[in-house]
Amino acid sequence: MATKTVAIEIKRQASPDAPAVWESFELPWRPGMNVISAMMEIAANPVTADGRDTTPITYDSNCLEEICGSCAMRINGKARMACSSLIDNLEQPIRIEPLSKFPLVRDLQVDRSVLFENLKAVKAWVPVDGTYDLGSGPRVFPQQQEANYPLSNCISCCCCMEVCPQFNEDTGFVGAATIAQVKLFNNHPTGKVFKEERLRALAGDGGIQECGFAQNCVEVCPKQLPLTEAISDVSRDVLIQKAKDFLRG
Amino acid sequence: MAAPRIIVVGGGLAGLAAVIKIAEAGGTVDLFSIVPVKRSHSVCAQGGINAAKNLKGEGDTTAQHFDDTIYGGDFLANQTPVKAMCEAAPAIIDLLDRMGVPFNRTPEGLLDFRRFGGTLYHRTAFAGATTGQQLLYALDEQVRRYESEGKVKKYEGWEFLSAVIDAKGVARGITALDLRTMELRAFPADAIILATGGNGAIFGKSTNSVVCTGSAQSAVFQQGVYYANGEFIQVHPTCIPGEDKLRLMSESARGEGGRVWVPRNAGEKRPVKQIPDTDRWYFLEEWYPKYGNLVPRDVATRAIHKVVYEYGLGLDGQPMVYLDLTHIDRATLDRKLGGILEIYEKFVGVDPHDEPMKIFPGMHYTMGGIWVDFNQMTNIPGIFAAGECEYQYHGANRLGANSLVSCIYGGFQAGPNALTYAKNLAAPEGDGGAAAEVLRQAEINKNLLKNEGTENPFKLWRELGQTMTEHATVIRYNKGLKQADEKIVELLERFKKVNLSDRSQWANTSFAFTRQLKNMLELSRTIALGALLRDESRGAHYKPDFPDRNDERFLKTTKASFTGAPEGPRIEYEDVDIQFIKPRPRSYTATK
Repeated sequence: MATKTVAIEIKRQASPDAPAVWESFELPWRPGMNVISAMMEIAANPVTADGRDTTPITYDSNCLEEICGSCAMRINGKARMACSSLIDNLEQPIRIEPLSKFPLVRDLQVDRSVLFENLKAVKAWVPVDGTYDLGSGPRVFPQQQEANYPLSNCISCCCCMEVCPQFNEDTGFVGAATIAQVKLFNNHPTGKVFKEERLRALAGDGGIQECGFAQNCVEVCPKQLPLTEAISDVSRDVLIQKAKDFLRG
Repeated sequence: MAAPRIIVVGGGLAGLAAVIKIAEAGGTVDLFSIVPVKRSHSVCAQGGINAAKNLKGEGDTTAQHFDDTIYGGDFLANQTPVKAMCEAAPAIIDLLDRMGVPFNRTPEGLLDFRRFGGTLYHRTAFAGATTGQQLLYALDEQVRRYESEGKVKKYEGWEFLSAVIDAKGVARGITALDLRTMELRAFPADAIILATGGNGAIFGKSTNSVVCTGSAQSAVFQQGVYYANGEFIQVHPTCIPGEDKLRLMSESARGEGGRVWVPRNAGEKRPVKQIPDTDRWYFLEEWYPKYGNLVPRDVATRAIHKVVYEYGLGLDGQPMVYLDLTHIDRATLDRKLGGILEIYEKFVGVDPHDEPMKIFPGMHYTMGGIWVDFNQMTNIPGIFAAGECEYQYHGANRLGANSLVSCIYGGFQAGPNALTYAKNLAAPEGDGGAAAEVLRQAEINKNLLKNEGTENPFKLWRELGQTMTEHATVIRYNKGLKQADEKIVELLERFKKVNLSDRSQWANTSFAFTRQLKNMLELSRTIALGALLRDESRGAHYKPDFPDRNDERFLKTTKASFTGAPEGPRIEYEDVDIQFIKPRPRSYTATK
């Protein structure tokens, strides 16, 4: 009896300047396999489908439970997390490529530090006075917590930016993830002290007006963040802020 | 004198907590992390964080939290630091709340608390079932704030290789490897804090993240730092078995009322939902009427093991039991456990609202770790440690939801202590040994790259994981532990013939992994030998041939030191600080 196998094609690139090549792999199938376990199998047996020796795949991964945000890649054309991509749910041959909107490092590894820089630019934090004991925090009602918690689930995977037609070098658009964090911190009883600064940071070029409402972000988000809702709420606040700033002269 | 320069290695909760304290006190920090710090393993913690805030009118106190922790750890933890941690915990929760962690709330807008294992109080604050993620983000945001003010410089994508130690035996910095350019460099510092997490990768598959190899701990162990209580490894009772890893199913599932059971009859043929209550065996509730499903993890794990392997009642003959939430309404489950139920559905394809989950124990937490004193400093001056990588807060078994508090508390201690130490440090002579250490590391790298062997590092790792899981987890026999150590020695020998299929000098992940593997092998001997020599049962360490706790011989901290000799690390014992609570027998069949 022939053993069941899995056919995978991976786009490889040894360095940012090297040419891209596709390599095919034929791996033994096991129940419950995901794309990460396929990569692990290749690392232990780095041989292509046509029997040529190759190198283990370079890719980012860490938690493997879709909470650290590391292993985003394009799988059969769709931006998603490799850990939660189960082999049995994917059409074969499974084609795996790196995210296309971020500087490539090697193979499936890309540099997504732009998101962390954006979070700095919008002051995505609550400015506490200090870490010494100042008693309990502000009261927050469950309704408010339930509105904020989903926004706080963003894992910085950058899938929303990958699929956004407006996220490119021409627009310099910050992308949905950052906008959602602006909403989160502007909602916080203490965090809102920077509300005006955050809105102004999103008012200029590359800011929120670059959004074309393609709504790809909300469809692709692996954590189902209410991204389009956040964008329209923050859009409104940015417009109001602009009007205020205009009147103030 | 210039402001002291501190290096923190690791950007999980403990590392970030240390960074924040140092930056707040005016120090400057270089923060090293293999992954962007926001992707650290702390995000995997699910259920919550303990603090005796007593907001449920139960009369909970920090003294009670202290007692539960010491008792839960089977009296192996030094009591002074644990007491201080439990007393500090309520203010830590308040701080996290002020930082914006979206903790679940009561109708009045106060913090909500739930129950967890090993206690009878509602003591666990939580943010859905993604508490670790929410806590880590809060600290990450504060560190980003300091970073934008120039007080913190991040080296993300750099891996710690070793400490730089001067001729007098004092730490003067670190060497690290840029995982993209493969550049090797020394970084000077007046003190270093390791906050590098657990060592789950030694067991192959565990609930730990990919970076949790214990490599950094092992590197400093091989440089002379003591490694304490290595044999104490927590096997979490409820994990989702997987091809690539074991995914955690949080204890909070039981804290919110989840029940563990198996069909009473081996070979039960009816679909799970048609099995009537009378034919279900809720063995934890039967064996431990007071704590029920919320016995501590070591107790629950052994019970599941027993039901599966002694009674032969695993589901469909497989090593699995049910964890059942289907009696709880959907809205409550979504509000309190949303994140983890979604994970189960995504990875298994079954909705746990409708059908009981299938779970089994898996390696989860490293109670042992780098030996530190009560100031979080190791026996090498200038090397500090905090978080899961050190040994100090959990004794022989960690209680659920105590890890997050111990990480933050440990970081809060290590940071200021390192700063104080650094302020009183005399300047190094010359480069403090940096050039020599870089040379030593460069030699290791060169040999690895030119090695012409036949052994695949990932295959060696699989073999290590198999032998450690078989012999050094739930049930331990001296014969098996000896076999495990012999196997590690064999793997160390075969490691000399390791062959890198990738010899490139750009983002070479196999190269970095192979360096970690050597360190994993060296550290795993402290686990196997520590367990072999401890002829008793205590907390997570269980030997059927020595079923009782033996305080006379083993109410001691195991301290391993590296020898480099074939017989492995030298093991010695140190008395445990028991000045506040007198050791008493530990049993969860009744109220303690």
